[in-house]
Order: sequence, then C-alpha cells, then structure tokens
Amino acid sequence: MPDGATNTGIGASVKRVEDKRFLTGKGNYVDDINRPGQTYAYILRSPHAHAKINSIDTSAAKSASGVVAVFTGEDMQVGSIPCGWQVDSADGTPMREPGHPALAQGKVRYVGDQVAIVIADTLDQAKDAAEKINVDYTPLKAVVDLRDALADTTLVHDEIETNISYDWAIGDKAEVDAVFDGAAHVTKMDIVNNRLIPNAMEPRAAIGDFDRASGEYTLYTTTQNPHVIRLLMGAFVLSIPEHKLRVVAPDVGGGFGSKIFHYAEEAITTWAAGQIARPIKWTAERSESFITDAHGRDHLSHAELALDANGKFLGLRVETAANMGAYLSTFASAVPTYLHATLLAGVYTTPVIYCNIKAVFTNTVPVDAYRGAGRPEASYLLERLVDRAARETGLDQVDIRRRNFIPSDAFPYQTPVALAYDSGDYEATLSSALKLAEVDGFAARKAEAAGRGKKRGLGYSTYIEACGVAPSAVAGALGARAGLYESAEVRVHPTGSVTVFTGSHSHGQGHETTFAQLVSDQLGIPIENVDISHGDTGKVQFGMGTYGSRSLAVGGEAIVKATDKIISKAKKIAAHVLEASAEDIEFAGGNFTVAGTDRSMAFGEVALTAYVPHNFPHEELEPGLDETAFYDPANFTFPGGCHICEVEVDPDTGTVEVVSFTAVDDVGRVINPMIVEGQVHGGVAQGIGQALLEGCSYDEDGQLLTGSFMDYAMPRAHNLPSFKVATEETLCAHNSLGVKGCGEVGAIGSPPAVINAVVDALADMGVTDVAMPATPQTVWRAIQTAKS
Amino acid sequence: MYDFNYQKPSSVADAVNAMKAASDGKVLAGGQTLLPTMKQRLASPSDVVDLAGCGDLSGISASGGSVTIGAMCTHAAVAGSSDVKGAIPALAAMAGDIGDPAVRARGTIGGSIANNDPAADYPAACVALGATIKTDRREISADDFFTGLFDTALAEDEIIVSVSFPAASKAAYEKFKQPASRFALVGVFVAQGSGGARVAVTGAGENGVFRVSAMESALSGNFSAGALDGASVSADGLNSDIHAQADYRAHLVGVLAKRAVAAAG
Repeated sequence: MPDGATNTGIGASVKRVEDKRFLTGKGNYVDDINRPGQTYAYILRSPHAHAKINSIDTSAAKSASGVVAVFTGEDMQVGSIPCGWQVDSADGTPMREPGHPALAQGKVRYVGDQVAIVIADTLDQAKDAAEKINVDYTPLKAVVDLRDALADTTLVHDEIETNISYDWAIGDKAEVDAVFDGAAHVTKMDIVNNRLIPNAMEPRAAIGDFDRASGEYTLYTTTQNPHVIRLLMGAFVLSIPEHKLRVVAPDVGGGFGSKIFHYAEEAITTWAAGQIARPIKWTAERSESFITDAHGRDHLSHAELALDANGKFLGLRVETAANMGAYLSTFASAVPTYLHATLLAGVYTTPVIYCNIKAVFTNTVPVDAYRGAGRPEASYLLERLVDRAARETGLDQVDIRRRNFIPSDAFPYQTPVALAYDSGDYEATLSSALKLAEVDGFAARKAEAAGRGKKRGLGYSTYIEACGVAPSAVAGALGARAGLYESAEVRVHPTGSVTVFTGSHSHGQGHETTFAQLVSDQLGIPIENVDISHGDTGKVQFGMGTYGSRSLAVGGEAIVKATDKIISKAKKIAAHVLEASAEDIEFAGGNFTVAGTDRSMAFGEVALTAYVPHNFPHEELEPGLDETAFYDPANFTFPGGCHICEVEVDPDTGTVEVVSFTAVDDVGRVINPMIVEGQVHGGVAQGIGQALLEGCSYDEDGQLLTGSFMDYAMPRAHNLPSFKVATEETLCAHNSLGVKGCGEVGAIGSPPAVINAVVDALADMGVTDVAMPATPQTVWRAIQTAKS
Repeated sequence: MYDFNYQKPSSVADAVNAMKAASDGKVLAGGQTLLPTMKQRLASPSDVVDLAGCGDLSGISASGGSVTIGAMCTHAAVAGSSDVKGAIPALAAMAGDIGDPAVRARGTIGGSIANNDPAADYPAACVALGATIKTDRREISADDFFTGLFDTALAEDEIIVSVSFPAASKAAYEKFKQPASRFALVGVFVAQGSGGARVAVTGAGENGVFRVSAMESALSGNFSAGALDGASVSADGLNSDIHAQADYRAHLVGVLAKRAVAAAG
C-alpha cells in the first residue's frame, strides 16, 4: 500500500457501497421509473431477415382500444443512426456506411429490425394493436454466412453494391511475405471466433419524455455512456441541441459493451414523445434482447505464424472477415481493426505483422463490442496459433512463450502494429501462474484421471490487451473519427463533504466505491463523506462513459486531476487564513499546515472558509471549492497476464469439465483488490462461456436458432470451478495512479487457455483443433474425426 | 397474454365438467409449459382450468408393491417422498433432477406426462417402470399413453388423476443434459421389474419416448453393463438439432444405457 493508505484508501478491499441498495431491491433502474401520464410502447419488428416492405396498413391498429399513436418509418423522417468510428480501406476509400434508419424505410435487413411503434395506455393494448398492423412484405433472399456474404451475390444494402464495408490492412505485406519465404517453419490455422449474445441481466429499456413548457426532451435509457447517446442521437438522428436534451442512465444492470451503442429504440421513444407530448416507456422482453441487442465477436480468420529453427517468431500474417451484421453499430468498425489487429503482437517480439480485415454486412443483428471487444479475438487467434506451433515444432508450451516474450527491460516497446507498450513483466505473471496452478503436479493428476477413463489437459494463454480507450492522439493517428478522454468535477460542499461528478458510468463495476476510495485517500477525508454521481447529462458536465476497461485509467485520472486542483485552491485559501504563502502550505492527512510550524487547518475548515469568504482578496481568490478536469491519456494502458486452465474430458460423451482455472493478471496498481477479483471472476466466467457453451446460431434464412435461454447456453455456477486469482503489478508509466484496468482481462485471457487445454487433453487421440464453443457434441465429433 | 376465463374447481369431476363446457379450455397443473406459452402469446385458451383446488389429485401412497402418485404432486414432493424413495429410489432421484428448484416446486407429474415434451424425464420413467396412468375415466398403460410428440392418449377433456409405478428390483436413470435448457438431450431409464428388463429413452426420439428392444433382450438374461456391449441404436428416427445430430444422440443412448445399468447395480 502506498503512503497515506487507510483501511478505506487505495489498496483496501472496501465492501461495495452500492451493493446495499442493489441487494435490498432499492436500485433505481429505467423500468422502475414512471413519469406522469406515461404511455407504453410495443415495437413491431421484422419477422424476415431480408424483405421489401410494400406497404404498412396501421389503420386498424390506430383505432384499437387504448392506442395513442402508431408510427412507421414513413412518419419518422429523421437522420440515420451513425457509426462513431471511421475506418478507411487500404486503398484510401472511406468505409461504406449505408443508412441505418431507426424505423425501417422500405426494407428490413434482419429479424428484429424495427418496423413500427405502437403507443397505448397499457402495454397489453399496444401489443393487441400491433397484431392489427398489416405489413405487406416481399421476402428476399437473405445472406447470413460470412463466406456467402463475401461473394457479393446477395446484397444487404443494394446502394453500396457490395457487402464489404471496408477492406483495411495494417503492416507491410511484401515485407511479411518475404519473412515467410525464409522461415524454418510456418504454422497455419483457420480460426473462428464464435458469435455471442451478450445477455446483460437487465434488458434494455428507454423512456422518452418531452416538456412542452421548456421544449426539453429527456431520455431515460439503459446506457453505459449517456453523454455519447446525447451527442449521437441529438446531433445526428433527431437534431435536438444538447441544451434541450437530457439523457439519464440511472442504475443499469450490466452492459458488457452491449449498452454502449446508440439504439433505435432510444431515438424512436424520444422522437415519438415529442409527437404525442406524453412520456413513452419501452422495455425489452428477453426474447427481444436476443434479436436486438448488438451481438459480439463473429470473426473468420486465416492466420499464419513464421518461426525460425529456434522457435523464435519471425512474422505473422492474418486475414480476417468480421461480421458487422445488417448495419454498422456505434463502435463496430473499430472492433476488428483498432482493437484487434493492433493487438496481434501479443506479448511477443514478432518483428513484422500484416493483418487484413474485411468488414462484412449480413442479414443478422448488428455485431459490435462485447466484453473485450477485438482483444479476445486477437488473444484467441494468437494463443491458439502459438499452441499449435509448439505442438508442430515439439517445443514445450511454456518454453515457446518464454523464447518470444518481450523482456521486462524492453519497455517502452514499440510493436509493429501501431501500439507502444509502456510497461509489463510477462515472465512474472507466467511464473506466478505456474506455481498457483501447481503445474508441476499435472502429470500425476493426468495419470489419475486416466484411471477414471478421463482425459486431462492443461492449456496456457499469455495475453495482452489495450485498455483505457482511447487516447485522442493515438485514435487520431489511426484515422478514427473520435478520441476518448474523460471528465470529472469534484465539488466540495461547505461542511467538507464531497460530491464527485464523473463521466464514467457504473453498471456493475463498483465505481461508487473505487472512486470514493480514491478521493477519500487524496483528500484525507472519511469515505462516507464522498458521494459519486454519474449517469445524468443534467448533472455531469461531460463524459465518454464506461467501456474498454477505461473507467479508472481514464475517468479515475480525471478525478485525480480535479482533486489536485481542489488541493491547489485549498492551499491558497489556507495560506490566506494562516497568513502564509501558498507555496509554504503542506497538505497531508487531511490537514493544511504551514511548513515547519504547527499552524494548520483541517480540510473541513478550509471548505467552510471557501464558502464563507468574509475577507477574501477577491481579485486573487474566488470563493467556492469546486473544480473540473478533463483527462486525455497519452497512451492506452496494457494489462496482461497468464491464464492456465485444466480440464477433464469424458471421451465417451465429449463433455468438458473445467477442473481448475488460474488467472494471474497485471492490471497495474490495484485500488480495491476485492473488486478486481470480482471483475476477473466475471470475465473468466464469460470467457469460459464463450469457450465451452455460448454459440449464437442462425439458420440459412436468417432466423435466430438460439433465440432464448432454452437454446443459448450461458455459463452457470456448476460449469465453473473455484478460480485461483492473483495479480502481479507493474505500474502504468503514463498515469499518476499507475492503473491499467481490469474489467476485461478475464474474458480476453481465458478462452484460448480453455481450448488449448481441451486440445491438450485429446492430443494423444490425434485431435489438433476444437472449435468454440467446445460443446459435448463438438468435442465428441472432433474425437471421431481424429479416429477415422 | 390474452384474456381468458380462470376457473378453479374443487374436484376432478368439476374440472372435467369445466373443460367440457369451455370452447377451448386448457388444464393448468404446475404451469411450467402452459404459462410461458401464454405469456408469449403462443397459446390463447378460452378457459384455464386450474387443478390446484382439486384435493383428490394430491398425495403419494405405497402399497402392494407399487407406489401411486397423485397427478398434482410436484417434482419436489416426489423427490422428497419416503414412499417413493423406499419403493423406487431411481424415480425419486429422477424427480429431484428435473429443471431447477423453482421448476421442481411448481411442476407436477400429471402436467409433465400430459404435456409429453419429447425431452421430459417422466415419460422415460413411466415407460421403463411399466406405470399405469389413471384418469377421471379409465386406466392407461404407459406403453399406450405416450403416442407422439406432445401427444398422448388423453381425450381433450380427460384429466389424469394419478400414476402408479410397480416397484422394480433394479432401476436407474441417466440423463445427458442439453447445455442450455438442461432438459434431457438424451435420457435413458432402465429397470428390471417383474415383467423383465426395460430400457426407455427420452430426449432422442422424433416421436418422444421409445423403448429399445434390442437392449431389453440383451439385458433380460444378464442385467449388466457388459451385456450391452455391441448393442447400438440406429440414428434413424432420432432428433437432429443444433445441440446434437442424430448420430450423436444414438451414440449417447448406448453410453447412457450402460451407465444406467451400472448405476442400477
């Protein structure tokens, strides 16, 4: 623990202050909010993956009992839902960004696409009326499979004359090809990163409200970033200026990325509230979430790794087709490029890398960032490839990694794929994980399992990720439209209590605790005296929100900057009262002291003086103690680590049991170890879910086959062992706290460890690959194929 | 959910009359299938006849070498019943592994077999143990009761009163759970009763539960896992879906049958 830490300060496992209200049912979620005169909306959706809309007859619905209004795309002529990130093709042409209407305009492009909104006094009335809407569709051939879409025989968007949004590349292909020509060994793999459905516990919801007196719109919505929604929806879709649009994201029950994006329902309810001048509530049903929440991952890659005779990596080349779904969602274009291709160096010294990304439209739900966003795709690709390379060359799994690690004295380390890592010690996390996982005893455990007819396997993943998205300078250099900083306001009240307004949004991360620990630690005041306020554009000055494990590394730093300003101003006040120079005031333990004297003022006294400034020299010193700061990081942060998974496979049924899972992560300085551990647990659970259970599946007509929990398998407690979790700290070199971020490490590091373990278990049966999710049938079939 | 008439009779006879009078009535037992279907607007019965008030559908009793379970007995009640555990422990264990605690607290034996979901557990137990289903008007052997996918020998207005299971000298149920729903991807119930060995399979068949005569013959003289070596089930007529193709299901029938026989001792 650093100096000044207390039992509630930096490094303390303070129990989450928000949990009391969540666990006692006192949370305030969007669906808990009810506005006077509120109506209820049902959204009629396309049953077809691809169809032309010839006509929509809403007359019977409009006259149905309780109906207030029915609107279709013809009524709602507004701007297109924008994508936030620009990606140019390798030939310099900008990405193709076809229109993304909130309500369908003449065509529907996936099952679930919005066709009409029915607004009624009750939800049942809205549903009854929706059944009276007659939509005349001409169904069109749907393109669902990525390979089919690449052939361009069926187009999702006729106007762009291709299904490819962009054909982007990083690295010098000729240089990489030359390296491959001279390599002692080349390992090649086709790798699928399976499509996932996020399934936050709280379904999405939105309430649109309009104040006829002020002309102000309010949107209550389940978002991870209310200011971003205000900007995207206000400026691009509905043309409502910021000062007439308030976006409130109260308690939100999990996001995992799926609640970053600006969704059609937000725009529809806000716009329609203005039309009827009554509040409108829409809450997704779970089955609606499956077909409308942006899905995750869905990459099809071919990857090749060149090695020299000593197992050193010489070069990597990757071709990836990334499924975008029917439209470009808010972050979608950035995921396979800026968050995937740039991570392909991993923790290794591979000197040259080439990666080509084709972003492809299909008649499926839009695909966008999901916990890890691009980085799980990179770590899975790379760690499967390294595992295969070790098996092909006869090298030990640990040895091949050690031979290629970026050494701990090589930082800062410039990779060949744009990113420059600031700090890390991959040997430290590896050796710690080897001990924690008791790898030395594995052979004996494998033999014992064999006696029970089980195949036991051990799998490794040494991974890196980039957090703290996204430094404006780095994002700008990559050609992005956006740059992501964060803001904070620290408002000291007259009696010394503090409210912190942060642009980060908490939807399970525990910010109300972690941020309060930071401020309590910095100002030397009790944690109970600090409140964290977030999620309301009417309260918080600005914000980019929470995703990409950025809250502490970016939002936390903004708070530190604002707190520094508070301390600086408070020193001036103390100097004035204590009749000293501000330079001579020292601040420690919550007290402002004239250096070398016993003349001192407590933080609370300074606060009161700030608001009761009877004798301030107002030319030099303003009353009040309230400071705002914006923080734009110099670089990404780079958490990394080692995950080791041990499985037992039942060869008769193909069932995989994860018997042990070890995660040793370097997330930089840890503010609250208990929260970090919880984040790792959740991330690993989702990673094991992706590896063994979760697989979104469509039929060839674009109907979702995994449209409910009856067919989409989420991880349950019995699928998971008790995790062994530890951290190794190297400090981030470019932020004051030394923090890196912990929200996604579990989901990024774990899937390749699991699959590598399954392959290891079955290697002596001739199995070389098992696709995710490694369901019993998939594993059994891999065994049968290897046998034959 | 659409509007419907709710009725709560206090006897089986009244329930049957309510069903006869309804234009499109549905019997509500535990509601584990009917209510979600209605909530999703996939079912719109004119009347829901709730059997919760029918006292003559409850209770478990054991006598004369068999155990009789009232149609409205929940899975939790069956799992916890000392009569069931004493007479046929495999049946109690099977009931204790249906769904999750919430499902077991509401779901009933009568509701389960009347619905005849092709992945439900009870049909396999009924067929393997040679159960008799007693309704308001007759008795039906399990072999005749389950007639196809979600289809039974019950008339539209016929209500199950109880199910009687003859005790078996050996019995066990092995279930391989579908990863998402946790229903039986394949479930195999084996029993050695007075009528010989029986092997009933749920989850796998296109038409629901079925018996495997080749395995029953193999077990008749030698009730041991080894007796099933070489006995296999054809993939023809088995379900294929995203969780399991027919050939994998057929393979699992063989694996689970052996495990069940081994577990039955």
